[in-house]
Amino acid sequence: MINQDFTRQLVDHAGPARTEFSLWRLLRIDPPLFLALLLLSGYGLLVLYSASGENLAEVKRQSMALAMAFGVMLVVAQFSAHFYRRWAPTLYAAGIGLLIVVLFIGVEANGARSWLDLPGLPSFQPSEVMKFVVPMLLAWYLGSRPLPPRFKHLFWTGAMILLPAGLIITQNDTGTAIMVTMSGVFLVLLAGVSWRLVLWGGFAALLASPAWFLFLAQEHQKNRILTFFDPYRDPTGAGYNIIQSQIAIGSGGVYGKGWLNGAQSQLDFIPESNTDFILAVLAEEFGLLGVLVLILLYLFVLIRGFHITYYASDMFSRLLAGSITLTFFFYVFVNMAMVSGIMPVIGLPLPLMSRGGTSILTLFIGFGLLMSISASGRRPVA
Amino acid sequence: MNKQNNDRMAGTWRLYLVYFTLTLCVGVIGWKVSSLHIVERDFLQGQGDARTIRTEPIVAHRGIITDRNGEPLAVSSPVQSIWLNPRQINGDLEAIGRLAREMGLNPDVLANNIAANPEREFLYVKRRLPPVEAERVLGLGIPGVYAQQEYQRYYPQGEVVAHLVGFTNVDDQGQEGLELAFDDWLSGKPGSRRVMKDRRGNIIEELLILETAEPGRNLQLSIDSRIQNLAYRELKAEFIKRRAKSATAVVLDVQSGEVLAMVNQPSYNPNNKAGISDFEVLRNRALTDTFEPGSTVKPFTIATALESGLYNTASKIETRGWMMVGKYEVKDSLNYGELSLERIITKSSNVGAAKIALQLGPETIRDMLSRVGFGTVTGSGFPGERSGVLPPIRVGWSRIETATLSFGYGLTSTAMQLAEAYSVLADRGHRKPVSLLKLDEEAIAALPREPVISEKISRQVTQMLETVVDPGKGGTAAEARVPYYSVAGKTGTARVVGESGYQQNVHNSLFVGMVPARDPKIVVVVIVNEPKGDEHYGGQVSAPVFSRISSGAMRLLNVPPDQLLDGKESKDNRGAGEP
Repeated sequence: MINQDFTRQLVDHAGPARTEFSLWRLLRIDPPLFLALLLLSGYGLLVLYSASGENLAEVKRQSMALAMAFGVMLVVAQFSAHFYRRWAPTLYAAGIGLLIVVLFIGVEANGARSWLDLPGLPSFQPSEVMKFVVPMLLAWYLGSRPLPPRFKHLFWTGAMILLPAGLIITQNDTGTAIMVTMSGVFLVLLAGVSWRLVLWGGFAALLASPAWFLFLAQEHQKNRILTFFDPYRDPTGAGYNIIQSQIAIGSGGVYGKGWLNGAQSQLDFIPESNTDFILAVLAEEFGLLGVLVLILLYLFVLIRGFHITYYASDMFSRLLAGSITLTFFFYVFVNMAMVSGIMPVIGLPLPLMSRGGTSILTLFIGFGLLMSISASGRRPVA
Repeated sequence: MNKQNNDRMAGTWRLYLVYFTLTLCVGVIGWKVSSLHIVERDFLQGQGDARTIRTEPIVAHRGIITDRNGEPLAVSSPVQSIWLNPRQINGDLEAIGRLAREMGLNPDVLANNIAANPEREFLYVKRRLPPVEAERVLGLGIPGVYAQQEYQRYYPQGEVVAHLVGFTNVDDQGQEGLELAFDDWLSGKPGSRRVMKDRRGNIIEELLILETAEPGRNLQLSIDSRIQNLAYRELKAEFIKRRAKSATAVVLDVQSGEVLAMVNQPSYNPNNKAGISDFEVLRNRALTDTFEPGSTVKPFTIATALESGLYNTASKIETRGWMMVGKYEVKDSLNYGELSLERIITKSSNVGAAKIALQLGPETIRDMLSRVGFGTVTGSGFPGERSGVLPPIRVGWSRIETATLSFGYGLTSTAMQLAEAYSVLADRGHRKPVSLLKLDEEAIAALPREPVISEKISRQVTQMLETVVDPGKGGTAAEARVPYYSVAGKTGTARVVGESGYQQNVHNSLFVGMVPARDPKIVVVVIVNEPKGDEHYGGQVSAPVFSRISSGAMRLLNVPPDQLLDGKESKDNRGAGEP
């Protein structure tokens, strides 16, 4: 059975157990991951200061959000992986319930009716919560079943993904729906779905995309695709963002123009320079080296995530950790690809760099889960 | 291979696939970013610069205009013009309201103006604000509101030199007067600089000055603003007192041909032209208005007579008070009987002048008038200067035309021409160009001095002109006397041509004179056009103005007195005046 092979391999890699006392262990913190997150956050604040036009208040607000997110991460880390497995179905049910509530009393912002403004609580997006609740449920479901999953299990898995995704699409928030679906799909991939199925799935998606483009895609979505192929077809409209961001990246050169010195960034040519396009600011001011440093930091987080995955104590933890790590990397990849013009522009922030409270909180809940899994792992991994 | 093996292989492959995919992703990103950073750098950098780097003109400082002593007559001071980008302000009524309040404009008018030009990206709100005020407006922080550096022309002497100096338009280009005539000289060459601008068009940084602005050159006028002010004050007082239609005075330096003062009434304030409805006030009448000079040309008739050899200072002419020329009558105000040439001047006898002219023939008279400058522009270079008309002696020229030419009808002249003609007499028969610009010693020495009347005759005529202001000899302009200085001059009272010929009660009152008579320093022309009231003779209206202007000018120019109050020659100057 494949999961056994997977496990056996991991066991082969494992070193001898260490049992000495550690503060980190007591706090259930994974030090390398924690350090990498701190470095990324600091780097992010540095770039944000420049991208926001030296707006200290903006940086302060982001720092507060980060501090809170770190706090939430630590709280999440305090519960064991078993706790989450036990509560996964309940959380999922609650999440679906909230999504249904949003359908009736949701508040609209930025074109998506996805916010819930309950009295006594800060307003939040239930759809955002589903980004880690869906993989949690799938890990619970598939983790306790024989792997690779049977077809009927896959069917139910599909239903578990598509129910929240469908609800989110009705909120007119396609981006989040895609991310929720992706986090589920990653988990299924990790669970060891048949090789052929993956290929066929990819092939089908490839075939379906022209059909989608011709019949289903909305005007602005089509526009984005067309702009991706030729940004200069509408340089002041749809192509503006990507042109300006490519100019910013290109004019940075190897060493960059220096912090606070980017012409494109400082002179407001880059739209959304605080959020989705913050990489362009970084690339212009810190150059290729700055981008490589960022990529290395992300890679470190990725590798650490896989490390935790390998040493996870059970299948639930392993699937969840793997999914969270891959989702994180997916975010990074999509944003970088979009800003540098490899992919069409879809509004997705760069994790830990872009401004924004909700997305950061979701991310750190994910990292909290990773740390919980790390602490509950079969071996101390410090 | 058994199934177990297959699965094992699949499991290993799955792991490697994940690794491979991730590596591929990182590789693709790394490759793309590197290629943007390194390969496409030049192109993208160029694109970036094309968006941020602009070449901007630098406004050049316009040269200042000063009088001969360096007093500023026109200066440029830096100001800011506020403009806005209607697209950026986007109909934000609240912001427009704040802007209008701060600038003292009507918010509705401004809002309408913006609404009417939604597609434009540049709209002046208000031009030429003092820098402090502009600073305050920009301090409001309304997006889309900008300032533009400009220079504003300011005329410290206001209406006193308005006609001569003229003015510039809102774009700093000369429109009138010397500002127009010397526009190229005064306006500098605008420079250019390379600046970095942000998306909204704000200048962020000056990168490089491509070409420095070349400031305009300064212009020093021949005007002495002290004399100018004096002349203006006196002329304006008379203008108001006589309820005249207009008035002009010119003070000319005899030695150099420089114009020391040139004033006109009515005038205007060049610093605030709002509300000027009658653009006649803009005319520099001393150079642009022509009139019949009347009796003021008689000295030249006398000079012609002396030159002909047919007359000398002892010659007598019987006038009888009137004569018939063809069917026309030429009259004097009284019957003066037999007059010498000097008495013809003193009494301003038309009959005397006419008889001489009829004897000498029109060509001789016309030639003399032409030689002293009538009928040709003075060459001051002033825009719109007119030459007047000295008619050619054509076939069918009648005797009456010859007669009237001798006492100043049938030809026209500007005040400037009249001054130039008298300066020929004053400068011992030498004619030279007049100048509105200050001449240095070298230029004065190099002046083309063309002898057009003999020195002897011009002195004789000047002496005759002294009697005009001498009440003891019954001169027509005792009021033109200047205390402590000898004066030579001539009155003129010319009837003005109306719709149906010469009008009975409309006159131009003239006085032209030189002081000190025995060694003239200045020639002064005073013309009051169409004075109302009982007095209209040149000797009554213009002569007192001449006296006051000359008296002040003598003091200001430090000219030593040459005569005691009773009309006797001062001992100090007797030798100097009469070599």
